[in-house]
Amino acid sequence: MIYDFFHNLTGSYFIADIIQAILPLFFFILPFALFAVWWERKVSAHMQDRLGPMRVGYHGALQTIADILKLFQKEDIVAKDIDKPLFNLAPVLVFIGSYGVFAAIPFTSAYIGANIDLGVFYIVAVSGLAVAGILMAGWASNNKYSLLGAMRSAAQMVSYEIPTILVIVSIVMITGTLNLNTLSEMQTGHFWNWMILGGPGFGIAKFLFIPFMILGFLIIYISTLAEVNRVPFDIPEAESELVAGYHTEYSGMKFAMFFLAEYANMFAVSAIVAALFFGGYQSPIGYLGNLLNAHWLIPIEQLFWFTAKGLFFVFVQMWLRWTLPRLRVDQLMETCWKYLIPIAFVDLIIVGLITVL
Amino acid sequence: MSVEIENNKETQNGIKTEQMVLNLGPQHPSTHGVLRLELELEGEIITKVTPHIGYLHRCFEKHAEAMTYPQVVPYTDRMDYLSAMYNEFGYALAVEKLLGIELPERVEYIRVIMGEFQRIASHLVAIGTYGLDIGAFTPFLYCFRDRERILSLFEKTCGARLLYNYIWVGGLSHDLHPDFVREAKEFVKYFKPNIKELNDLLTMNKIFIERTANVGVLPVETAINYGISGPNLRASGLKWDIRKNDPYSVYHKFDFDIPVGKNDIGTVGDSWNRYYIRVLEMEQSLRIIEQALEQIPEGDVTSAIPKRIKPPVGQVYSRVENPKGELGYFIISNGSTSPFRVKVKGPSFVHLGVLNELCKGRMVADVIAILGSIDIVLGEVDR
Repeated sequence: MIYDFFHNLTGSYFIADIIQAILPLFFFILPFALFAVWWERKVSAHMQDRLGPMRVGYHGALQTIADILKLFQKEDIVAKDIDKPLFNLAPVLVFIGSYGVFAAIPFTSAYIGANIDLGVFYIVAVSGLAVAGILMAGWASNNKYSLLGAMRSAAQMVSYEIPTILVIVSIVMITGTLNLNTLSEMQTGHFWNWMILGGPGFGIAKFLFIPFMILGFLIIYISTLAEVNRVPFDIPEAESELVAGYHTEYSGMKFAMFFLAEYANMFAVSAIVAALFFGGYQSPIGYLGNLLNAHWLIPIEQLFWFTAKGLFFVFVQMWLRWTLPRLRVDQLMETCWKYLIPIAFVDLIIVGLITVL
Repeated sequence: MSVEIENNKETQNGIKTEQMVLNLGPQHPSTHGVLRLELELEGEIITKVTPHIGYLHRCFEKHAEAMTYPQVVPYTDRMDYLSAMYNEFGYALAVEKLLGIELPERVEYIRVIMGEFQRIASHLVAIGTYGLDIGAFTPFLYCFRDRERILSLFEKTCGARLLYNYIWVGGLSHDLHPDFVREAKEFVKYFKPNIKELNDLLTMNKIFIERTANVGVLPVETAINYGISGPNLRASGLKWDIRKNDPYSVYHKFDFDIPVGKNDIGTVGDSWNRYYIRVLEMEQSLRIIEQALEQIPEGDVTSAIPKRIKPPVGQVYSRVENPKGELGYFIISNGSTSPFRVKVKGPSFVHLGVLNELCKGRMVADVIAILGSIDIVLGEVDR
């Protein structure tokens, strides 16, 4: 819908494409990052018996803007013996990795950056770009802490992609589509049509699916935590061991790029989980727009529900971060290869059997 | 996970591997001050740890020779700045032994109460920062919230929050403030449930146990050979506490247990036990404080302070159970008003020596877990 609107307005597919691509950056990622940084500080503060930022704006609401202004003014320190092209390219690549993911995420039924049929596949592929960026950052910094952090990060992200993909495959077997928009549309109606509760339609299969869907959700949630390097899997940047991991040597706006990418990633994985298991942008209780016979209201309501679901999972990520200690790097690999992957395989096979039956 | 490493081995393709030297500190988030560790790594596996110390050296022992006896007290505060009260306690005991003076009962009781509060405060920092080292941020702030109340008690009594100059040779600088006993009892009541909360949040956390249990096991023979004392020695399974084995002050009047390391969650002498001993010791300290608050007699706390401290020629070694371990003062007097020599046997310095033994064959992340569990304070390592 929004795409058609821009096409009619400008009369060119090319310009409409560009506008379509820039929209999530300015209307979603940046405002979200601004909000999430403040929110995380508030969440952590209240969990820890503190107040958090209180001075700039109402309850410190403008604190992030003040911080960003400060980051803009900072000197961009570049160490002497670094690999310059790689050093400069790395934050861009990491940011592209997380920004690209937003293209295939359906925010409402009226807006999706790129409605491609291979949506989920595309997301998995593009988010893999970040691994290259992190490795480049670690190597180019010419710093041992950065290198160790980057090595760990690459191993971790590559490993945890496997259980994620296995769970996605099990969903795809049920729904028969890789397109997140179609997936969200299928889960329309009420919350009992969500994939976590066995998907649309009633029958024995639906009830058989429920335990395996919950299992799948847990697996994908845990492994996405690892993919975005959040506690308890924040080993690449474990500040008590590796100072700041792969971005130790970065400062100023280049550091801000990593920072932005991290927060964008947090929302992206939450959104994917929401779209796969919790109906995406679908309302759990029906639409006010249908009730009032005002159909223009529906996309706005959908945007609200989608953001609410995403933010809820972001909140759970923060909650975990401020509660749990951190695993060691070998224990992290053990968790993935010895527990998550075998369980994900069993889940996949059983879901497959039920689907065939 | 212990791995034997061959140096500079060749792989099948004829590519040579090399050891990497990683410099940890002195500016590093988890070296607890200005410790510098030189790690020799094979991948992420440690082959050797060399601590480099001296970044915080302030010549305490040499300085003390130019001071009169009471003037040394504030300098002892600055050694192990997290347990300043107990450093003063130890020094005062040593000089009193040299002078051979008797103290009023009330002074002894107040010293014990303050010492045990200091032990809780010191252990809270140890536990909190240990959580931080393992990656749990929140318990750290909970610990500091509770420590804050102890520091407030100290502040109300003697005006200082970190370096008190409260326990003087022959007495105390001030008597307790009138509300102290009530507030101390309130704290004991407030703090008991918080220990349980801490155990729920951190001690029994699965990830925390995975990270610390069976990591850096210190057998009791090695511990004795290296001169380890205090909670670290007790975690290795030896029931040795100077408060019981060589009682000083009025400790013989109180009923308390000495917790030792157990085999139930980790092995005896591992990082988890070293951590958990401190939690248990806080409970025992609360017991001592409760009893002392009940029994505390009336009296004058400044009456026994000598006008001029001029001990006879001689030497004395006196030791106390500091929160970190055995803190000994060896003082030689030549009959003048300043000591001829003050030698300190500090627990943190001794404990740092065993680090290489504990870290060999483990990973970089474990070094942090082990260093945090032996709980050193660099102010005392370097003095």
